[in-house]
Amino acid sequence: MGAAILQLRSEIQARFDIPLEIRKRQETRQFSTGIPAIDKLTDGGIPRGTLTEICGTESSGRTALMFTLLGEATRGGECCAWIDAAGAFDPQSACDAGVDLERVLWVNCGGNAEHALKSTDLLIQAGGFGLVVMDLADTPDKEARRVPLSSWFRLRHAAERTDAALVVLERQINARSCSALQIEMRRKRPVWMGKLLRGLAAEAESRKHYRSRTAEFLAVV
Amino acid sequence: MYCCLHAPGNLSLLTECARGFSPHIEENPPDTVVFDARGLEALYGPPEVLAREIERRAGVPANIAMAANPDAAIHAARGFRGITVIAPGNEAAVLAPLPLNLLGGSSGTAELLHLWGIRRFGDLAKLPPLGVAARLGDEGVELQRLARGEGYRQLRPMEDPLEFEADMELEYPLESLEQLAFILARLLGDVCGRLGTRSLATNEIRLRLKLENAPEHTTSLRLPVPMLDQKAFLRMLQLDLNGRPPTAPVLWVHLAAQPLKPRRTQHGLFVPSSPEPEKLELTVARVRHLVGQDRVGTPEILDTHRPDTFAMRAFAPRQGGGTALQETPTLPRFCLRRFRPPRFAQVLVVNRQPVRVMSPVLSGRVVMAKGPWRTSGEWWRQDVWNRDEWDLALESGGVYRMFQEIDSGRWFLEGTYD
Repeated sequence: MGAAILQLRSEIQARFDIPLEIRKRQETRQFSTGIPAIDKLTDGGIPRGTLTEICGTESSGRTALMFTLLGEATRGGECCAWIDAAGAFDPQSACDAGVDLERVLWVNCGGNAEHALKSTDLLIQAGGFGLVVMDLADTPDKEARRVPLSSWFRLRHAAERTDAALVVLERQINARSCSALQIEMRRKRPVWMGKLLRGLAAEAESRKHYRSRTAEFLAVV
Repeated sequence: MYCCLHAPGNLSLLTECARGFSPHIEENPPDTVVFDARGLEALYGPPEVLAREIERRAGVPANIAMAANPDAAIHAARGFRGITVIAPGNEAAVLAPLPLNLLGGSSGTAELLHLWGIRRFGDLAKLPPLGVAARLGDEGVELQRLARGEGYRQLRPMEDPLEFEADMELEYPLESLEQLAFILARLLGDVCGRLGTRSLATNEIRLRLKLENAPEHTTSLRLPVPMLDQKAFLRMLQLDLNGRPPTAPVLWVHLAAQPLKPRRTQHGLFVPSSPEPEKLELTVARVRHLVGQDRVGTPEILDTHRPDTFAMRAFAPRQGGGTALQETPTLPRFCLRRFRPPRFAQVLVVNRQPVRVMSPVLSGRVVMAKGPWRTSGEWWRQDVWNRDEWDLALESGGVYRMFQEIDSGRWFLEGTYD
């Protein structure tokens, strides 16, 4: 194996006349999402130093998953940033989900996705945050698709450099090859009990594994 | 050696000059300053050379005297013109011709000495010490010691007021913020330099701008931790002024810093890293400039039942790990994503049940509706709330929270359960 790699390297070097180095993939640490089924699905949780995409439609459990992850991170002493393109963040829901709000920097972009992108870039470049969430869940698909691939690359490299877990919450996958993990959320059914809405059964599918895997969980009100 | 500068009516200039040579300065109002010049020979050479350098920097014609003790230097500077350097041990001989009125003392003693025919330092120095003690007491002994140039005492260093301010009156009105940045950089350099020499930092910088034919423009930078980063301060002031520029050309700039001891922390080896407060403050200022002043921070839930009530506080996470929360939920929570402000919607109601929703955000048939739950409160205020809340599932699959205002009967979309 080693000899084959060496031969391949010398051949490419001879052909293109450039020094070739194979960069070893660094071992990544992970944030537990706090939901065992999702941790199993993602082989341990959300990886640090990478870009992760969580997509889905309304009421598919995206925010429930993110708030649980945010709660785990803040309880572990991490500082987190929530860049909210639409201004939809609900502090009371976050608090109920176990998020220590004192460790969360909330940026309300008031519906401007471009501001959200720039703010995420500034905050992740500053370093020191364990988890940075860019919430584009209410941004129209047309607008989200307009984000150039170079911007996603820039964010991914910044995440690699600062060892932060960068998570993008959106309606559909946009960063494509720049993301190390893609999770698609699907709603299964709302759970009603008498006159009360009690929760939501949701399904998550990991999109970056060779074989698509799914997990189900129940989020309660 | 001690050096004394004497120039009538120029005390502040003399003090400023002395500050350039030593931090130990004693002011003798109204016209004399003496400072500790020990060790300066290593920098400037012999005392004569040092004295010439001091004369050059003084900026005003001043008498300069150098002696082994402060009092001898003061008397020489007050009595001799130009530069006087008194070699150690030679004080009595040099000071001998000076008139006795320079020595001070009480009026009674001065009158008595005048009656005795004592007119100069040398005359008093020659008197037998025991006789002086018997006739003039302690004061006489002290005066004779001073006349001989033998007095030795510690300097009484002046206490600088802890004011870190700088200002600049401009020769012509400044219109562009870019030009103003150069002035601010200079003033910040001055203030930060002074803070630095005292090992201090600041957590508040106040800027005042006098404008041409307009009210004064003031702004204040409040920092969560004491800092001393001139470039960061400048950038933050620039961002602030860009967001809220002065309304007229600037005539005068005044900058003041609140002195504070710098932050000293030791991080734990196993504690997750957090953003550097100094760097974070600049980043937050940039983000604030981008999205708006009150849109960045940490939300603090207020103690009220009014929906969606919170205050935005400055982001200042606790140092170290741990959390203030006691209870952690065992299951993931179904969360609400809010519409801010709530979106107006038209709702078709049949048999007191909503059956169809129409709004610019979403429309569709209601497949499940649970409610109403009435909430109201703060009837004593103008903005009283009184409403019926509903949880609705639409045929599209989304689950939403809506409410109907009791007074107006209008429906609003409050948020999406997600």
